[in-house]
Amino acid sequence: MNPTDIRARLAAQFGERIGELAPAKMDPFLVVQPADLVEFCRYLKDDPEMAFDCLMNLSAVDWPKKNQIEVVYHLWSYSKRHAFILKTSLPRDNPEIASLDSVWRAADWLEREQYDLLGVVFTGHPDLRRIMLPDDWIGHPLRKDYKEQPQWHNISTTRESPLDGYIRIDEVKKKAADAAAAAALAAKKEVLQ
Amino acid sequence: MKPLEIPTMDMENKEVLRRVEITGDMLLNMGPQHPSTHGVINFLVQTDGEVMKRAIPEVGYLHRSLEKIGERCTYNGYMPYTDRVDYIAAMFANQGWAMAVERLLEVTVPKRAEYCRVIACELNRISSHLISAGTMAMDVGAVTPFPYALREREFINDLLEELCGARLTYNYLRIGGVAFDLPSGYEDKLATFLDHFEKIIDEFNRLITYNEIFIKRLGNLAPIPAKMAIDYCLVGPNLRASGVNFDVRRDLPYSVYPELQFEVVLGRGEQGVTGDSWDRFWCRVEEMRQSCRILRQCLAQIPKSAGTTAEIMAKLPRKLKPAEGLEAYSRIESARGDMQYYVIASGGENAHRVKIRTGSFTAMGIIDTLSRGLMIADLVALIASLDVVAPEIDR
Repeated sequence: MNPTDIRARLAAQFGERIGELAPAKMDPFLVVQPADLVEFCRYLKDDPEMAFDCLMNLSAVDWPKKNQIEVVYHLWSYSKRHAFILKTSLPRDNPEIASLDSVWRAADWLEREQYDLLGVVFTGHPDLRRIMLPDDWIGHPLRKDYKEQPQWHNISTTRESPLDGYIRIDEVKKKAADAAAAAALAAKKEVLQ
Repeated sequence: MKPLEIPTMDMENKEVLRRVEITGDMLLNMGPQHPSTHGVINFLVQTDGEVMKRAIPEVGYLHRSLEKIGERCTYNGYMPYTDRVDYIAAMFANQGWAMAVERLLEVTVPKRAEYCRVIACELNRISSHLISAGTMAMDVGAVTPFPYALREREFINDLLEELCGARLTYNYLRIGGVAFDLPSGYEDKLATFLDHFEKIIDEFNRLITYNEIFIKRLGNLAPIPAKMAIDYCLVGPNLRASGVNFDVRRDLPYSVYPELQFEVVLGRGEQGVTGDSWDRFWCRVEEMRQSCRILRQCLAQIPKSAGTTAEIMAKLPRKLKPAEGLEAYSRIESARGDMQYYVIASGGENAHRVKIRTGSFTAMGIIDTLSRGLMIADLVALIASLDVVAPEIDR
């Protein structure tokens, strides 16, 4: 089935809660309300015509201008060989959405990653803790306004650029050359006098 | 000078430890610098003697924020970074990125460049599978096959070095094509290598794959049923070993794969249950044979070169600026399976968001479940059979 058919079948099941397919230039996607997500996903997985047995990818995207965090679900069906994209928007200051761990087990790690890097809280997740960064890390690095802490456990997170040294040596050389030129000029003047 | 404060980790309150019920069991850290974890990964193993209750993977030691770097670099400038996503099979990460950006820009890649890409990728697939099979044999105690695999990999390294100048992080692909055309006489060298290597696969099978001890060690070990493999989003050889007939190259064809004939190798449970560790090993060995087949067809079908740049590079603007909000999704069959790039354009010269979904990451998620009731020595075989590569998990 193509995305239009999938959307039509969803609309037949859930009525007005299903919006229109977004007119993306690339792959069409469906925007859903965060509260509806788990119910829709369960239907998409269990319905024999849809049979979305795999959550292929889960990404969160930070949009500071819209003050939103968008969560994008890429679904894939191995039995029907079709794909579908769901998107949902969360407020940026309190991004909370129900976990899909009970629908697809793959969501476990994928959700942990997005929690770690973007701070999206997946409620109902069995083990929501950081996965890439240390447990006591501050901030979520993939947010656009992320500021790295200067140090972590007394380990500096920044270092001096090694190129700075070269610049200084250049300057020293330039100064020496300037001084030599000035001295030569002075000596020349002395000779002329 | 301020005295150096040694950070102390409050072990009592560490989240991970709270999850393991306090019983009489032993809690062991396997890793992060353990030779058989295939990179810097830590396993928190809760055991009762030799039998594990569970092994909790702790990843992230190699996290280099490649996705954040992708938001800061130009589209072309990010290409060398993608090499570092998976250094054993760097060519595939190149291709995934190139394909995603080409989709954003709606560029068509010249035919000869596509063939160059497939040749490079399939060579890389063989070398990656050689490492995987060799180290897996070594992890379960057979040391001999590993040098044999490395010896063959050297030939491929030489071939790839001749093609792009690098032996590990290739940076060979460009958005819109490839960096260099095949050097003169390359086809003959590749054909000679294939003549030599096809016999080696049989030799490798005699040496280890059908070795009785090896089969007894790995047959029936940690089988993954097809349904579970899909639920946990396993990809590539791990998925096919469980009998799921899916290969991105055949089912969602990209590049010139529709013009090439090859078989999708599926696990058959020859030495035990379908989807056991031996099946995963065998799938990789047989995939090398299919890669050879693809390479031979590439050599026969590649369009003749007239030596112009237009044959290997599409015409592109000097500055790549896809329109704001455009999205592209690319799926390729990497050596570790379905690798996916999700790119959102910002309107400028860099992307707004880059998400890389790799096979190793999801494969790690299944280890917690599979490890319950296994022996500690079998955990090593399980990790090796899933062919996880640490930088690809952490990115």
